[in-house]
Amino acid sequence: MRATVLRNGPSPVSASADSIVEVRGVSKYYGSVEALRSIDLDFPRGKLTSLLGPSGCGKTTLLKIIAGLITADAGTIAIDGKYVSTPGPERAFVFQDFALMPWATVLRNVAFGLELRGMDKTKRENIARHYIDEVGLAGFGDKYPHELSGGMRQRVGLARALSVDADVLLLDEPFSAVDEQNRRKFQEDLIRLRTNQNKTFIFVTHSIEEAVYISDRIVLLSPRPGRVSQVIEPQIDRSVDPERIHRDKHYLDTVEEIWQGLKQYVE
Amino acid sequence: MTLFGYRVPMMASLLVWCLIWEIIGRAHLVFLLPPLSEVLAAAVHLVQTASWQNATITTLRAFVMGMALSILFGVPLGILMGRVKIADDLLGMWVNIFSSAPLSALVPVLMILFGFGERTIVAAVFLFAIWIIVLDTRAGVRHISPSLVEMARSYGASRRALYTKVILLAALPEILAGIRLGLIRGVKGVVIGQLLVAIVGYGALFETFSRNFRMAEFWALTIILFAFALLVAQLIEQAEAKVEYYAGAR
Repeated sequence: MRATVLRNGPSPVSASADSIVEVRGVSKYYGSVEALRSIDLDFPRGKLTSLLGPSGCGKTTLLKIIAGLITADAGTIAIDGKYVSTPGPERAFVFQDFALMPWATVLRNVAFGLELRGMDKTKRENIARHYIDEVGLAGFGDKYPHELSGGMRQRVGLARALSVDADVLLLDEPFSAVDEQNRRKFQEDLIRLRTNQNKTFIFVTHSIEEAVYISDRIVLLSPRPGRVSQVIEPQIDRSVDPERIHRDKHYLDTVEEIWQGLKQYVE
Repeated sequence: MTLFGYRVPMMASLLVWCLIWEIIGRAHLVFLLPPLSEVLAAAVHLVQTASWQNATITTLRAFVMGMALSILFGVPLGILMGRVKIADDLLGMWVNIFSSAPLSALVPVLMILFGFGERTIVAAVFLFAIWIIVLDTRAGVRHISPSLVEMARSYGASRRALYTKVILLAALPEILAGIRLGLIRGVKGVVIGQLLVAIVGYGALFETFSRNFRMAEFWALTIILFAFALLVAQLIEQAEAKVEYYAGAR
């Protein structure tokens, strides 16, 4: 059960049978700086794919282009075969800094996506309560964000993304502002959630361990300009006790392999 | 404040100053300064006169109208400048000039434009109060974390929802601070406007009292005005305290 290296180099991937997000030829410039160069990627339905790379590789930019928050200078994004260039209900975003409204309770924050869609109050709050329980925040609905720890705030952000029932969840380094102990717990919960929710996750991270631990598929990006350098599928059995994964041989081998690949970009 | 090792409450220093005033007044040291007790007695008498009550109504009405206008125009203008770079480039210079300019000099121009009446006073309040409201609102909008705006967009907020449900509320602490400062400046505007026009409200009263050297009433009116300005600022400060919990949490 070696980690499978699907390909090397920037040649385009042939469209797999069931990919929900298709990125074709996406490029992005910030002024004269080339942030992304001709990215071609497919994200398989129901899987968790990580975008992994050192800072400056454009992974967050790519995620925000998929989200429709940033416009690409070239290329297309298709969700379920439909071209998109703006945010849409089939995608939901989880922000690095949580992006919660400090004047609103947890309940209202979680229900906010539904509120913007014009769903009536009782209905949306019932849905929100369900997902507040789901992410392990039962009983915190009436609290305000500043009364919660960083880890709990990000759970609110996750519950908000789950409650709009989007097919694709886009997570931008969701654990980077969360302390280490909470991050571990959160990663375990995410693995559990992913099996329950049957959604497609696209996950941006700079942590190799995190990517290998939670991903079905890892897209390695190289920096300046951002390009796809490698796609890896860690073959790790996640049905076992999550504690054991960290000591799993395949897990450790994959982490090491990715590190060897990324080492050249670290000054 | 501590004195000889004892903690002295803030009110005590005020009492000391009142006492000094009383002594100077009784000693007839300064012709312009009657004893405080006399001033307070004059204040009690003054508030019962019809001329004071009418002047107060006129003044309050002009103040409220001027403030309402400056909030109504100032907040949207500040939001526009905070969000749209071109608007900021075009208007920023003028807002900054007006917010620090000696606006009293412009009141005579207002008199020419709006005549010797209440409209000039309303315009003066507006002119004094609006700029700080614009500047603070702009600063508040500028401080909104970009991810909060992205959040609203990514969850499909319409332009209207983005502004009313997110931007306005996220900038509310700064907007309220601007309104508080604007109110204090508005009090200045109403007084200066009325003094220069001199036939309306408190301006007419001040004119009468100072011309006839009725200093007790003059000071009584001044104290009432100061108290009013402080009271208004205090009220807004309380509203600010209510939203502060999230101003700090951003």
